Amino acid sequence: MRNKYSVFSLIKNALSYHENWQRAWKDPAPKKEYDAVIVGGGGHGLATAYYLAKKHNMNNIAVVEKGWIGGGNTGRNTTIIRSNYLWDASAGLYDHALKIWEGLSQELNYNVMFSQRGVMNLAHNLQDVRDLKRRTHANRLNGIDAVYLSTEEVKKFCPIINTSQDIRYPVLGGTLQRRAGTARHDAVAWGYARGADAMGVDIIQNCEVKGIKRNGDSVEGVETTKGFIKTKKVGVVAAGHSSVIANMAGLRLPLESKPLQALVSEPVKPIIDTVVMSNAVHAYVSQSDKGELVIGAGTDDYVSYTQKGSHQIVEGTLNAILELYPIFSRMRMLRQWGGIVDICPDASPILSKTSIKGLYFNCGWGTGGFKATPGSGDLFAHTIANDEPHKLNAAFNLNRFVSGDLVDEHGAAAVAH
Amino acid sequence: MFLINCPYCGERDQQEFKAGGEAHIERPKQPTELSDDEWAEYLFMRKNIKGVQFERWNHAHGCRKWFNMVRDTSNDEIKAIYKMGEKPPAQ
Repeated sequence: MRNKYSVFSLIKNALSYHENWQRAWKDPAPKKEYDAVIVGGGGHGLATAYYLAKKHNMNNIAVVEKGWIGGGNTGRNTTIIRSNYLWDASAGLYDHALKIWEGLSQELNYNVMFSQRGVMNLAHNLQDVRDLKRRTHANRLNGIDAVYLSTEEVKKFCPIINTSQDIRYPVLGGTLQRRAGTARHDAVAWGYARGADAMGVDIIQNCEVKGIKRNGDSVEGVETTKGFIKTKKVGVVAAGHSSVIANMAGLRLPLESKPLQALVSEPVKPIIDTVVMSNAVHAYVSQSDKGELVIGAGTDDYVSYTQKGSHQIVEGTLNAILELYPIFSRMRMLRQWGGIVDICPDASPILSKTSIKGLYFNCGWGTGGFKATPGSGDLFAHTIANDEPHKLNAAFNLNRFVSGDLVDEHGAAAVAH
Repeated sequence: MFLINCPYCGERDQQEFKAGGEAHIERPKQPTELSDDEWAEYLFMRKNIKGVQFERWNHAHGCRKWFNMVRDTSNDEIKAIYKMGEKPPAQ
């Protein structure tokens, strides 16, 4: 039985110097066979397992993770959550996720620190203005809260932005989604892991998948560093390494894996109480609860799995940050890191069945997958359990690259690539 | 970030170059004959290898010439560089 977290459990455990907290999830050895195996123990994979157990009564399942829970891109992203995407299909997908975020801490009994502090996207030229106005209208038609702000309104909402018209890329306006915001990324992985484990899901860490066993056109199991696991359904949620797993199964995906960097500053007192993103100059920034500025840089343009990026990418981002926020000119950066993101040609994800029966892929989230974690898990679980996509992820199938029915979100994906 | 030995200009910083993706993808000889599956394969599907991969690069801020590179994407180590039209080295 899983103990519930509450103020009473906090007091009770304080009395024993916090030495007797229950394990949040077990550390089991893999069984010989499962009804389904999820490859990848990041937020999306754990959420998939959680909803498979919760909504589809599939409890005899496992999540296999080559490292540790939340140690991949879940722990490397800049935690921004929003749903202001252009096309109807994307609006449905991302807003589904945002609605789950709004009740997630209560649902999981785990504080994911979801903070609806708003996300502002800036316009720096006339085409940006037209694009952002169009996107605002599209959002509102889809029931997503979005407003267009003038330069003065941008300044009022976030006073530290330099709105002088003398800078190289002046702020001409922006959009604001007030329901958007941030969450604590590790907590999302840990909360889903704890929730899934409580329903009987085996979370197997340090267990790398080495091969996908096929019998003709169906899946028979996965070869791992902890032995062979038999299963009829494999859901791959491996982010930057999706192509590596696909190659094991003899599949090709329309993905390229590239390093994406982020960095944080030394912690300072509260200075920016929202998230500000600028696609055109490539700078986005928010402030963590610890006080660090969290800054997202861009991708390198070559395929690499090195989890580090080029220095000039960071330099370009910081140049733009300093022009927009002169107040940060004496801040020191504390840490910088990279993660490998799997980018689709249309900047939209793939949540899909494949030509191999029982093999499903959830990938291609590129530079912006964190925001979709709960919705992605929910819809991918539906796809695996029913062997059919949910209507909200039907457009995000692998076949769109054959039919040509792409979902082009290069404008709304805030990292240019 | 790494150094690239341009076959025309010599060793330069990687930021002078533009990555052009997977090499040796042949443009279909009879585009009108292609099925939708074959078009998808040509346009979108990529090997995206973790390990030794054949790529095209362009010296965008230099001589602006295209060339091929063999690079290990797991550590960014360059194994070979050869000009367009030359045979790829055996791996």
